[in-house]
Amino acid sequence: MKHTAFTQFHEALGAKMVEFAGYSMPVQYEGVIAEHETVRKGVGVFDVSHMGEIWVKGPKALDFVQRITSNDASVLVDGKVQYSCFPNGKGGIVDDLLVYHINAESYLLVVNASNIDKDWQWIVSNGEKMGLKAGKELINASDETAQLAVQGPLALKAMQKLTGEPIEDMPFYTYKMLKFAGVENVLFSTTGYTGAGGCEIYVRNEDAATIWKAVFEAGEEFGIKSIGLGARDTLRLEMGYCLYGNDINDTTSPIEAGLGWITKFVDHKDFIDKEVFLKQKEEGVSRRLKGFEMIDRGIPRQHYEIVNESGERIGEVTSGTMSPSLKKAIGMGYLNKGYWPVDTEIFIKVRNKSLKAKVVKLPFYK
Amino acid sequence: MNIPNNLKYSNDHEWVRIEGDQAVIGVTDFAQKELGDIVFIEVETVGEALGRQDTFGTIEAVKTVSDLFMPVAGDVIEFNEGLEDKPELINQDPYGEGWIIKVRINSPDELDDLLNAVQYQEIVNE
Repeated sequence: MKHTAFTQFHEALGAKMVEFAGYSMPVQYEGVIAEHETVRKGVGVFDVSHMGEIWVKGPKALDFVQRITSNDASVLVDGKVQYSCFPNGKGGIVDDLLVYHINAESYLLVVNASNIDKDWQWIVSNGEKMGLKAGKELINASDETAQLAVQGPLALKAMQKLTGEPIEDMPFYTYKMLKFAGVENVLFSTTGYTGAGGCEIYVRNEDAATIWKAVFEAGEEFGIKSIGLGARDTLRLEMGYCLYGNDINDTTSPIEAGLGWITKFVDHKDFIDKEVFLKQKEEGVSRRLKGFEMIDRGIPRQHYEIVNESGERIGEVTSGTMSPSLKKAIGMGYLNKGYWPVDTEIFIKVRNKSLKAKVVKLPFYK
Repeated sequence: MNIPNNLKYSNDHEWVRIEGDQAVIGVTDFAQKELGDIVFIEVETVGEALGRQDTFGTIEAVKTVSDLFMPVAGDVIEFNEGLEDKPELINQDPYGEGWIIKVRINSPDELDDLLNAVQYQEIVNE
């Protein structure tokens, strides 16, 4: 099992460690609900070093990123970050990712830990078709890069203490290269997976300990705490953010998943599966990812069946939890056409009972 | 880890408090810590006669769903309805307000098969 540059700190704090995507990761410290509330109301720190970082460099960098991702990377200027996905050539999704435009000949792709190997192979095999080579224009820096997500309404205020550059007014999904906590060339972006605001900080492994200590010192007066993967999942689900492997995978299209907004059909951009997705957009799809909340008592879980009033299968739950902020059971799942409007009654099969639920608008938490 | 001496325990991390011909049943302090924040508890077996090891309900933490097993055979006579609105009582007070069901014991002999506090501690240590 792999460790991150922060593992020693998690263990010292008494975190409950679990294996996730081949890494030993903290799932919780004091408890998922308390940690969730820390991020919604204050500031919390996630070790997300398991995420993958892949660089695309050289004069063909933009053309290549345009080819393999669904969003329009040509609108990115220096300092901008974009959410996107890799279509898989069969109308599904290889992974979802963040694209950082470092300069015209350098892009950073940040991918899910569980997909690093698959993504890397996909990127290299497609890169070769355009003359981009592994180790030259394509660089997998995942093992050398440590990453912290500092999230919550007080996150930027706390982190401002660690840099002379103004960061508190940075727009969402932008980044700066900073001298941060005395460390040069820290990639600092106002991104995250919680809907609570804050930043993500990328450093080399050798600087990880310095950054961890500085972040907690700076955040002490704001009640900063470390947060595990358990709360990361409840926070993202309250926002209706997709989790790869749950809500999106190799068989779901971005159009079905409600990710049409990151799938750009513009003349200057050709990309893998463009025709397939365009057809889906124009002609419609037979299922869509929707949010729902339970009316009857019960908690939806991944793979639970969704049925209509007559008991006919109309879909499947992809994610579900008890929402700590809303104190309601919430979930997402693919629903057949006809069951998409808000307030439509659906039924979730929980232990052989059909429990009533209703379709709601995302995000769950506003 | 709190393992009171006056209770009996099962291998499935349930505790049993004998009160005459009845038994009060809940999950142990160890179990609630392992599960994490309890967010839902469902018991729909009140009025049923269940055998030892039968499932009498379900307990859900934020991320996990687990069955609850009868540590002794008996008739389920009461469910702690306070848990419907406050499942977190199991985290806060597993041996007190977090009790889950009351059972009328059918085969008192089975009680001898339950673990005492020292034996249960050994299981937790493993």
